[in-house]
Amino acid sequence: MVDVPKPEELIKVDNKPPAKGWMDVPPDISAGKYPYPAQPKSLKYLDLPNPRDWSPLDDDWQLPENWKEIVHEGLKERLDKYRSLKVFMDTCVRCGACADKCHFYIGSGDPKNMPVLRAELLRSIYRNDFTAAGKIMSLFPGGKRLAGARTLTKDIIKEWFSYFYQCSECRRCSVFCPYGIDTAEITMMGRELLNLLGINIHWIKDPVSNCFRTGNHLGIQPQNFKEIVEFFCEDIEEITGVTINPSFNRKGAEILFITPSGDAFADPGTYTFMGYLLLFEHIGLDYTFSTYASEGGNFGLFTSAEMMKRLNSKMYAEASRLGVKWILGGECGHMWRVINQYMDTMNGPADFLEMPVSPITGTKFENAASTKMVHIAEFTADLIRHNKLKLDPSRNDHLVVTYHDSCNPARAMGLFEEPRYVINNVCNNFYEMPESTIKENTFCCGSGSGLNTEEIMETRLQGGLPRANAVKHVHDKNGVNMLSCVCAIDRAVFPPLMDYWVPGVDVTGVHELVGNALVMEGEIERTTNLRFEPLGDTEGDSDE
Amino acid sequence: MNGNYIFSLITVVVLGLLAFFGTTVFGLQYLFGVIVPYACVIWFVFGILKRMLGWANSPVPFRITTTCGQQKSLPWIKQNRIDNPSTGIETIIRMILEIVLFRSLFRNTKSDITASGKVTYIWEKWLWVGALAFHYSFLVVIVRHMRFFTDPVPYLISMLEYFDSLFKIEFVGEVVGTSLQIGLPGFFISGLVLLAAILFLFSRRVLISQVRYISLPADFFPLFLLMGIAGTGIFMRYFSKVDIISIKELTMGLATFCIPDGAVLAGLSSVFYIHLFLVCILLAYFPFSKLMHMGGVFLSPTRNLPNNSRARRHINPWNYPVKVHTYDEYEDEFREKMIEAGLPVEKES
Ligand code: HEM
Ligand code: SF4
Ligand code: SF4
Repeated sequence: MVDVPKPEELIKVDNKPPAKGWMDVPPDISAGKYPYPAQPKSLKYLDLPNPRDWSPLDDDWQLPENWKEIVHEGLKERLDKYRSLKVFMDTCVRCGACADKCHFYIGSGDPKNMPVLRAELLRSIYRNDFTAAGKIMSLFPGGKRLAGARTLTKDIIKEWFSYFYQCSECRRCSVFCPYGIDTAEITMMGRELLNLLGINIHWIKDPVSNCFRTGNHLGIQPQNFKEIVEFFCEDIEEITGVTINPSFNRKGAEILFITPSGDAFADPGTYTFMGYLLLFEHIGLDYTFSTYASEGGNFGLFTSAEMMKRLNSKMYAEASRLGVKWILGGECGHMWRVINQYMDTMNGPADFLEMPVSPITGTKFENAASTKMVHIAEFTADLIRHNKLKLDPSRNDHLVVTYHDSCNPARAMGLFEEPRYVINNVCNNFYEMPESTIKENTFCCGSGSGLNTEEIMETRLQGGLPRANAVKHVHDKNGVNMLSCVCAIDRAVFPPLMDYWVPGVDVTGVHELVGNALVMEGEIERTTNLRFEPLGDTEGDSDE
Repeated sequence: MNGNYIFSLITVVVLGLLAFFGTTVFGLQYLFGVIVPYACVIWFVFGILKRMLGWANSPVPFRITTTCGQQKSLPWIKQNRIDNPSTGIETIIRMILEIVLFRSLFRNTKSDITASGKVTYIWEKWLWVGALAFHYSFLVVIVRHMRFFTDPVPYLISMLEYFDSLFKIEFVGEVVGTSLQIGLPGFFISGLVLLAAILFLFSRRVLISQVRYISLPADFFPLFLLMGIAGTGIFMRYFSKVDIISIKELTMGLATFCIPDGAVLAGLSSVFYIHLFLVCILLAYFPFSKLMHMGGVFLSPTRNLPNNSRARRHINPWNYPVKVHTYDEYEDEFREKMIEAGLPVEKES
């Protein structure tokens, strides 16, 4: 981990606004405060503008000659394309209801992390360039200021870079705004505009270009993807004695299963992946993996609508090529925003697929009638409800579990009860975090929307504070030692966040809990869980 | 210290003085009593139309509902039909609650970090209460003013006036003592609540440092303007006895396009002209300001769409083809390795 202050220091958040007005306070772009810029090679691979070597520390960001015009035209185009943007630019009354709803504001106290000010960063330019009030007021000396308008400068571009990459597009602010103003939408537009100038970050653009080429963010090539999954199967065999032979790119399978590649790569996501394998084996599902569409997540979402579409296209294309009936999707956060709110619109209609029907229970997933993609938590909840799984929840007895609602499945879908139903059936000790921090009020992990990069660890720890603090509450009160979630980014970023704020709490995907509880046909007596930790060790490994 | 509200305050005062001197010194009663009101009403109507059409002209490419409750999924899981609507009717109910009760604002919490390092959230209802008090009293005041533009006054408006003043009498009787209300014909609660609510909204803007920090002159201006309007209104009604008969002659004249003669106009008090002029400014200012939230709240895509885009395809009118990396290109790059790993391929080399 890079150098960060101690928790006792970081918790002392100073939220007193500076004496100077926000237009006069420059952003802090110093080491540790900015994500590394994208490398020219990823931009070139994706045919994106202005590939170059640059650093946010440079004075000159080597913007294109006509950068001002690009931003102006880009904003104009987006105002014409998105009613959301136009309405959100015009309707804010600056009531401040959204201000302390943002985890980055709560954790940093920096007023520009209040959603309303984050939006004003762009709105002030909009006022100047596109509104009558702004134009009239500009005629008077000092009038721009009074109108809340400003002329775009290179410094403002830097400010955008700083603050649009301190928003994790979690949409918590939009729950509380009386007009539903979604600052995530504004951040998305802001990032699109920056992308037009070639201002992007490595942690997003590298996965995006990998995904475009190899089908997944991590750049795992087909043969390696197969190897990794087979490696999981070996582990499963060792733990359970059950042999699993999953198929890849198999034509004629009934179901295509797609999950984030992060779970193929790093613990503890890998155990969730093993959970899927066990579950599908348990019910004898006729499914296949695809190496071409081997990514559930979509970092394109954090770049531009166009990039999101370019990456997402693989799901339907592959489903069509393989001739499956429908698609089942794994545990991931922003993936489900894309699937629930964008996929069918962008890349549909999926009329080559059929209405998803569970082959085990016969349940028709009518809520996915058009998109034809079902969330694994919906699928598993239905299986459990119909008594199709043999479960021994006592195998998870050493765990005291709580559940984190990932932002996107929560606020862009409403997936609340399905995962809870599953968890409550596979483990015996479950406690909810406080009301104001779960479900639609859930707090981001602090690292969503492509911010899960090491160099901005301090910002991430600040952003993760409200979530971690709620975990700490149930850790202290109920002895919670396991934080469960349905998101691959969560699984990657919670371990360091917990180590920092709430040592003694480990992280798991919901289907890891399922995998551990499943009583497989012909299995040997299990002595360890999927992490090779001895069962019956009531301490778990986390309570060292 | 804070230029933002000083500027707004001065602007409103200057506007008031303009009307005062315009009518007392320069004899511009016709301008302030007839021309400006007509111009501002026309400006208001066209301005709002232009703004609303401007919004409506931009399509809604994606269904970006903010879901604040359980989705509709499996039949045995109870859907939250209001906060996560899946049908048009449910969405309309959600919208009505938003518009009539400011439901999202009702959720408001205030977060803090205690000395022991605990992040706390307390329910902060005062903004919601203040906002409701402000908007509803304003609505009542507007509806009551319709008595100036109708003859005979519709029964509903008289009813509203009756209840509005009824509340007040009880209230005053308890708080101030009975002697005061005797000389006051039907003291209206709405006017008082309106002024109090505006003062509350103003003071939170000044006193809460975060809200002060985000405030622009454009946030103070409407508050001062409304204070001016409500203040002059209350002053006319209870302190300076204005000539209601002549005022109604003018307002009815405006409504029926049959303007009374100059003597009537000249006889009206200058307070009335200030009141009227500030209202005109409000109308003119409305379409180009944040007050357009009145229209925006209806068109907000995170609220006014059902969350059903997985069940029914939402169409994006500007959806365009993009450059993708096809399976064939992918296989071309990795074919050898795929064959070696025993993965099925479309073309054997
Ligand atoms: C459908 C109609 C309307 C709805 C749903 C609505 C809703 C709201 C809400 C929720 C707020 C935020 C809370 C607050 O700051 O008070 C607000 C603020 C405000 N509204 Fe409205 N409003 C409507 C119409 C109007 C109209 C017609 C006016 C005319 C003057 C108006 C003037 C204001 C003002 C001045 C504020 C800002 C108060 C402040 O500075 O804090 N609203 N409105
Ligand atoms: S809650 Fe909405 S209206 Fe209020 S300041 Fe935030 S974005 Fe603006
Ligand atoms: S979307 Fe989330 S991170 Fe972004 S401003 Fe809103 S609350 Fe903050």
